Amino acid sequence: MNLTLKVWRQKNKYDKGGFVIYPMEGVSHEMSFPEMFDVLNERLIAKGEEPIAFDHDCREGICGMCSMFINGRAHGPQKGTTTCQLHMRHFKDGDTIVVEPWRAKGFPVIKDLVIDRSAFDRIMSAGGFISANTGSAQDANNIPIPKKNADEAFDAASCIGCGACVASCKNSSAMLFVAAKVSQLALLPQGQVERRDRAINMVKQMDGEGFGNCTNTGSCEADCPKQISILHIARLNREYLMANILE
Amino acid sequence: MTIKQFLYSSVGTKAVMALTGLFLSIFLIEHLYGNLLLFYNDGGNAFIEYSHTLVHSLFIRIVEIFLFASLIAHVAQAIRITRQNSEVRPVKYSVYKVKETSTWFSRNMGITGSVILFFIVVHLWQFFVPYRITGTVGGEGQVNVAQEVKEAFQNGWYAALYLVSVAFLAFHLNHGFQSSFRTLGLNNRKYENVISLAGSIFAFVIVGAGFASFPILFYFGIAGSTF
Amino acid sequence: MIKLNSKTPDGPLETKWTVYRSTVPLVSPSNKRNLEIIVIGSGLAGASASASLAELGYKVKCFCFQDSARRAHSIAAQGGINAAKNYRNDGDSIYRLFYDTIKGGDYRAREGNVYRLAEVSANIIDQCVAQGVPFAREYGGLLDTRSFGGTQVERTFYARGQTGQQLLLGAYSAMMRQVGTGQLIMFTRHEILDIVLIDGNVRGIIARDLVTGQLERHFGHAVILASGGYGNVFYLSTNAMGCNVTAIWKAHRKGAFFGNPCYTQIHPTCIPVSGDHQSKLTLMSEGLRNDGRIWVPKIKDETRKPNEIREDERDYYLERRYPAFGNLVPRDIASRAAKERCDAGCGVGTSKRAVFLDFRDSIKRLGRNVVEAKYGNLFEMYEKITGENPYQVPMRIYPAAHYTMGGLWVDYELSTTIPGLYCIGEANFSDHGANRLGASALMQGLADGYFVIPYTIGNYLSKEIRTKPISTDHEEFSKAEKNVRENISRLMSVKGKHSVDHFHKKLGKIMWDKCGMGRNEKGLAEAISEIKNLRDEFWKDVRIPGEAGDFNPELEKAGRVADFLELGELICRDALQRKESCGGHFREEFQTGEGEAKRDDQNFAYVAAWEFKNGNGWEMHKEELKFEVAHPTQRSYK
Repeated sequence: MNLTLKVWRQKNKYDKGGFVIYPMEGVSHEMSFPEMFDVLNERLIAKGEEPIAFDHDCREGICGMCSMFINGRAHGPQKGTTTCQLHMRHFKDGDTIVVEPWRAKGFPVIKDLVIDRSAFDRIMSAGGFISANTGSAQDANNIPIPKKNADEAFDAASCIGCGACVASCKNSSAMLFVAAKVSQLALLPQGQVERRDRAINMVKQMDGEGFGNCTNTGSCEADCPKQISILHIARLNREYLMANILE
Repeated sequence: MTIKQFLYSSVGTKAVMALTGLFLSIFLIEHLYGNLLLFYNDGGNAFIEYSHTLVHSLFIRIVEIFLFASLIAHVAQAIRITRQNSEVRPVKYSVYKVKETSTWFSRNMGITGSVILFFIVVHLWQFFVPYRITGTVGGEGQVNVAQEVKEAFQNGWYAALYLVSVAFLAFHLNHGFQSSFRTLGLNNRKYENVISLAGSIFAFVIVGAGFASFPILFYFGIAGSTF
Repeated sequence: MIKLNSKTPDGPLETKWTVYRSTVPLVSPSNKRNLEIIVIGSGLAGASASASLAELGYKVKCFCFQDSARRAHSIAAQGGINAAKNYRNDGDSIYRLFYDTIKGGDYRAREGNVYRLAEVSANIIDQCVAQGVPFAREYGGLLDTRSFGGTQVERTFYARGQTGQQLLLGAYSAMMRQVGTGQLIMFTRHEILDIVLIDGNVRGIIARDLVTGQLERHFGHAVILASGGYGNVFYLSTNAMGCNVTAIWKAHRKGAFFGNPCYTQIHPTCIPVSGDHQSKLTLMSEGLRNDGRIWVPKIKDETRKPNEIREDERDYYLERRYPAFGNLVPRDIASRAAKERCDAGCGVGTSKRAVFLDFRDSIKRLGRNVVEAKYGNLFEMYEKITGENPYQVPMRIYPAAHYTMGGLWVDYELSTTIPGLYCIGEANFSDHGANRLGASALMQGLADGYFVIPYTIGNYLSKEIRTKPISTDHEEFSKAEKNVRENISRLMSVKGKHSVDHFHKKLGKIMWDKCGMGRNEKGLAEAISEIKNLRDEFWKDVRIPGEAGDFNPELEKAGRVADFLELGELICRDALQRKESCGGHFREEFQTGEGEAKRDDQNFAYVAAWEFKNGNGWEMHKEELKFEVAHPTQRSYK
């Protein structure tokens, strides 16, 4: 099939950037979205132009590196799917596809569609862990955990840190990302000791990184490729408020 | 962490919004109760008496302070949040299908809130200021509040403004009610649906239909024929 | 030929590690804070090592090419992690895990290393649970396990189909905690382009900041390579797009020996290739073989739909050939069996290079809900990629390059042949012999990082406590940086006609056709000369757009492919010299009448450790493998 791609090109973080239109012929239904970009880039290189920079790595929907805003949606229109798992069979011949980077103050553009998500790492280092030095652990089965809690903790833990929640939120809020980690660890007995500090410190770091306020619109949940529930945000709020009240 | 830091944190800011919002919602129920007295078939006496209590009760004086404080805090925090949120995406998307992932009203609490605020100002100017500040209710030969209300609603413009504002209020509450429970961390998988259903009932049936009944019934002369 | 010393401690197998740990020299806390360690890679091995070493008090710098440490390709491991916990009471023990691993590796691994791996496996699970890794649990709240290929016990711990992700995020969070304390500095979007040697010891690295394109020098008292495997030499593999050999290859060129490069693992259950645009292959976890049955039609060129083929017209070839293990035979055997059936003309799908993995019977037996709970996310992924619903039609699968057992040669302490340079995880050659069992990669990566390197590196660093940090203005740093700079400008100045991927695809095709699942003397000899030609062509005709001093993904790829083009030749040379079949290395000349691999313990029970001879190819050294406990027998899963 033939498509028209309208892709954001930006030389570096200082450049203003703008859209460039690429007619894209001979796209196969079996291709994934990044594979279509590979083909486009091959053509650009053959023509002597600079290929489009975009983040991608595992191409199986788990590393969280890919990050395209496709036709107005983070990771495109397919529910629960990362850009790399979005296949071209979901588009029609003749479609125009607009591709932009995640746009948020907390995620500055590095080049073209590549953005800087190091803010997420800094939030994690503020408290997204359980302090358990190597070698200090007790036998794993000494900590029984109800299956229900383990499963719910897993749901939260399946976050891939791609930033789609920030990208799709009208306020560029990182609450779902932070909530997923706080919630996972709050649900597990191992996470109890540090639960209050964790909530306070992670939220503090998040606020300092320039993400907006959560207004519970639910866009994050709708565009999350791992379909992490917005209910985890409720748990983060509870953790944070309790931490403040009880501290 | 100091209280100031808490109030300025993203979650703290929202908690203030949620708590003040819920408090103002309770006031709405009380207000609705008072207004419903207008439908009491006694020539408006119950309502007049009620208005009289509002003006003279010490308890109400104290609650009034909290009410205004809540309103101011709610609006002030809203302005802060809106301003902050307007700066977090310096370059806008050229195509942004946010309407596929969230509702218009959930994204535009600022707009619905502004309409409601405008109405509150008009409403206070019309009823609260003359009756409460100048204190002319309740004595001999003074105006009949019930009569005043009826006359106000018989003005088509005012009735329309009232209706539109109530509609906005209903949608504001529909999102705000369940949102505030989430902000306060009070919902989970079990209560989620119950809370959002309760929120919708509160917003559309109790507050929406309840308050909308006044302009409609008075404008068409169905109520208030005995005043 | 140099005599390679594995430094395996003396004494009985069971006490080697305990004795080593109790007698190895220590570094006092006050000295640790003056010692700097560089870790390359942030996957399971790199992240666990960085975190553990930082916890001990060393100053650690960790480098990864992705935008965050959390994205290393360990994250994509699906199935699980083995541990000899015997929670199931099904007869598991450290010895059995050791024995299964040695046997699964076709008796080409070092006994001492493998026993140690089995010993620390139990601690890994404890450590991960303490970090909050949400492993699957039973209703009683205790940990659940399942069985995996090549074993008859249920010792595989798992977190749905995302075990690698959960373990990596655990290690990553431990790392981020150290970043928060300042003990660990993380360099993301950095690629290592050379190591720096001073007086024979490793003293640092040259890295390129991938965002600015600038070269950086970093000093370290020791350097740990944890940069993963080289499966992308096949172009199409289950590796991530960025996986590369560059870090260990540069070390190899500087003197670190490369062990058993020809041991590459082809995973039997991947989604088949759909067209020329294919950029990578996606694995379907081996765990699926627990409940899925593999079959092909009995007749050639079957055209009916799978569900229309009657039971008696189906050939469940694994169950037929290997009744004892059935669908759970080790990966190398399952892969070759699939190739054998497709070569015989019984393959399915449009390409005829695929076999069915069918859940019909399991859905009937367990119900759709149970199957969904176990494999739901994998089924979903399959449907996203292929557009077919595996609850209704059988999956189509075919083998794909997946893991590389070979890597830098290391001794018992995980030290390479360069003093101070260590290599852990998939990047080294050590624990899996000629074939890796399922759920053992995660185990090895974390064992090396959490429980081995923190002890063994002390032996070297205890002698380094008087070494003051060396300024990166040292002439060896300048020399190394100059070389890197020249190499980059050589690449940039070719300005040829073809893209990097063009060469990478060609290399991949040579490797897959001639050094893939089946290898023979003629093919390997051809491959070597073809690769040499391709390499010459690459250096004459590659086109890299953009600038060197800028964010330039094509330049990154070019550097990696240039290294793959050298490595490919070495893999073929190694495969050529190993005139036997073992594990993932199948030489067609050496097979039994039934088509099984025929090992030659008399002549090939050694590790081939290759030394790079600048400009003169390679020289092979041998480390003889001695089996004192697990005596080699013909591997049988029948």
